[in-house]
Amino acid sequence: MKIWDAKYECMPREELEQLQLERLQATLNRVYKNVTFYRKMFDELEIVPENMQSLSGLVKLPFTSKENLRMNYPYGMFAVPLREVVRVHSSSGTTEKPVVVGYTRNDIKAWTNLVARVMTAAGVTRDDMVQITFSYGMYTGAFGFHYGAEAIGASVIPMGTGNTEKQIMIMQDYRTSALISTPTYAITLAERMERIGVDPKKLSLRVGLFGGEPLSEAMREEIESRLGITATDNYGLSEIIGPGVAGECEYRCGMHIFEDTFIPEIIDPKTGEQLSAGRVGELVLTTLKKEAFPMIRYRTGDMTSLEYGPCRCGRTMVRMNKTAGRSDDMLIIRGVNVFPSQIESVLAAIVGTAPHYQIVADRKGAHDLLEVHFEAAEGTFFDEMKRQKAFLEMVEKRIRSVIGVSATVKLVAPNTIARHEGKAGIVIDRRKT
Amino acid sequence: MLKIKNINTYYGKLHALKNVSLHVSAGEIVALIGSNGAGKTTILNTVSAVTPPANGEIHFDGMLISRLSPDAIVKMGVSQVPEGRQIFKPLSVEDNLELGAYLRSGAGERRKDIMKDKDAVYALFPRLGERRKQIAGTLSGGEQQMLAIGRALMAKPRLLLLDEPAMGLAPLLVQEIFRVIEELRREQGTSILLVEQNARVALRVADRGYVLETGKVILEETASELLANRDVQRAYLGKDRKEIWER
Repeated sequence: MKIWDAKYECMPREELEQLQLERLQATLNRVYKNVTFYRKMFDELEIVPENMQSLSGLVKLPFTSKENLRMNYPYGMFAVPLREVVRVHSSSGTTEKPVVVGYTRNDIKAWTNLVARVMTAAGVTRDDMVQITFSYGMYTGAFGFHYGAEAIGASVIPMGTGNTEKQIMIMQDYRTSALISTPTYAITLAERMERIGVDPKKLSLRVGLFGGEPLSEAMREEIESRLGITATDNYGLSEIIGPGVAGECEYRCGMHIFEDTFIPEIIDPKTGEQLSAGRVGELVLTTLKKEAFPMIRYRTGDMTSLEYGPCRCGRTMVRMNKTAGRSDDMLIIRGVNVFPSQIESVLAAIVGTAPHYQIVADRKGAHDLLEVHFEAAEGTFFDEMKRQKAFLEMVEKRIRSVIGVSATVKLVAPNTIARHEGKAGIVIDRRKT
Repeated sequence: MLKIKNINTYYGKLHALKNVSLHVSAGEIVALIGSNGAGKTTILNTVSAVTPPANGEIHFDGMLISRLSPDAIVKMGVSQVPEGRQIFKPLSVEDNLELGAYLRSGAGERRKDIMKDKDAVYALFPRLGERRKQIAGTLSGGEQQMLAIGRALMAKPRLLLLDEPAMGLAPLLVQEIFRVIEELRREQGTSILLVEQNARVALRVADRGYVLETGKVILEETASELLANRDVQRAYLGKDRKEIWER
């Protein structure tokens, strides 16, 4: 199968390490000069960026957390004047201030090239019709795949989200061969096709690339069998660049991280200690080429492990395994990041004290369900059905407006939810596949 | 081909290069961009061992060369064309070229080969061919630059270190010099590490570039990315200076 950027993707490790060192040194000198946050942090820790002499020296540098990004909302982490930024996106997630990321013209070009690598590895070629069903908004997904597909020379159908029957009609009429969607939406499409009597196997669809939520193996099998396509996995996040950080090749033995552009590390999320290859821990990424929004040791929150062994595809780039959950307790519900703390703050605002509650995530078919069990205070209108219903509807509405997905709220009797220290037990995820 | 790792070079107490790492692949043209005193020329001088590094490693074709003498480095295939051309002014064009082959003359090199290479230089720079017997000091600035390059080529380098080849030259001559640089790479696969004040011209022929500031590398990108980088445009390409928002 074709390799988009063989010069880099297949670079001998020794050359790659030289390139990484050069780019790491340049990036450190640049962020020290241009980003107040990093200059202050390095100065406080008495780190002289120009003294960095090896890739292993990376462990001496502090991490950058999502919290750091929020504190520097909106433009505090930018390494170039705003004039040089040609695009901003914001990361998915919480109602707390979002994370704003910026791109220079060169960043957009580099991003395009990275997504072209991912898509080529997945088997997309210039002969494909690529239907993109992500939202063309602040999220990076749609634009990333859009540019990548165009760079390859494929034809892009920029559908955006929703309107499932129209999506299917277009898929038939325009002879869509590559689908870009969330895994959940791929199942939704398959279900709808079944209902309206469209045989997916008669479509031109042959390959799918997914994003927005993890593609579990079960999900992959279901998508492949129901839509009759090859479903490939890839990895990315807005704080780093969007899609294009890593992608699976035809051998499906993990996603190749583009190490000429990012340095991956695996750390113990509790101690911050770097773990050796093969061990499972939190993925930490350092960008090597970003102009507008460079990140030093960014904690992605995603749990995974790295495989440095050679791959049959010829790429020399390290492979990351499927992410095995989040290092914090964030839930991904229908592709949206949901933090228990958000739900807690809604409940707390309503009752005025720290609430006792439990979050239950479940899956019905391919659909994520979210339930919030909320312990009523002593003597709360259990007997007044009408008032209770109105109350619950109000809570549901507020939660929905805060987290962006709907949840069913149930009132439970006082002292029925087990008491735990800290966060443990607050989230019950029954979706584990 | 050339791999530099963490070199530090001092002029007395002045720390001129701070942990500089860079590389030049075979057949690649790499430009060093930066303002005066950023360390561009120091990098060339460090590679050619004119000002050896205090520490760090320089590898050429996998061999550690950072402890070798300047003439040993030339013998390995690295030639420098110094800034300000520094040709032997009282000598003829022909004699200057002969001196460029000086290190070759011993090692079983035959006269015939040297003659052939001289002819190759004349083919590359027809102006020099027309002025073989002329005293070098009487050549024009552009011709002197051609001669300096021609002399470096007589050592049959695989890596050419070029310091400010366009300095003080009229635009037409600059074009001529850069045409030859591209031709050398194309015809002979010569790798070139290029220092040039005229960043625009340099980036037009280069594949990649490094931007230096006060002895540190702050950016490594392809030449086209550097040309599109507004920091580079402002600082080194003199583009829409007034329009750019200053922090």
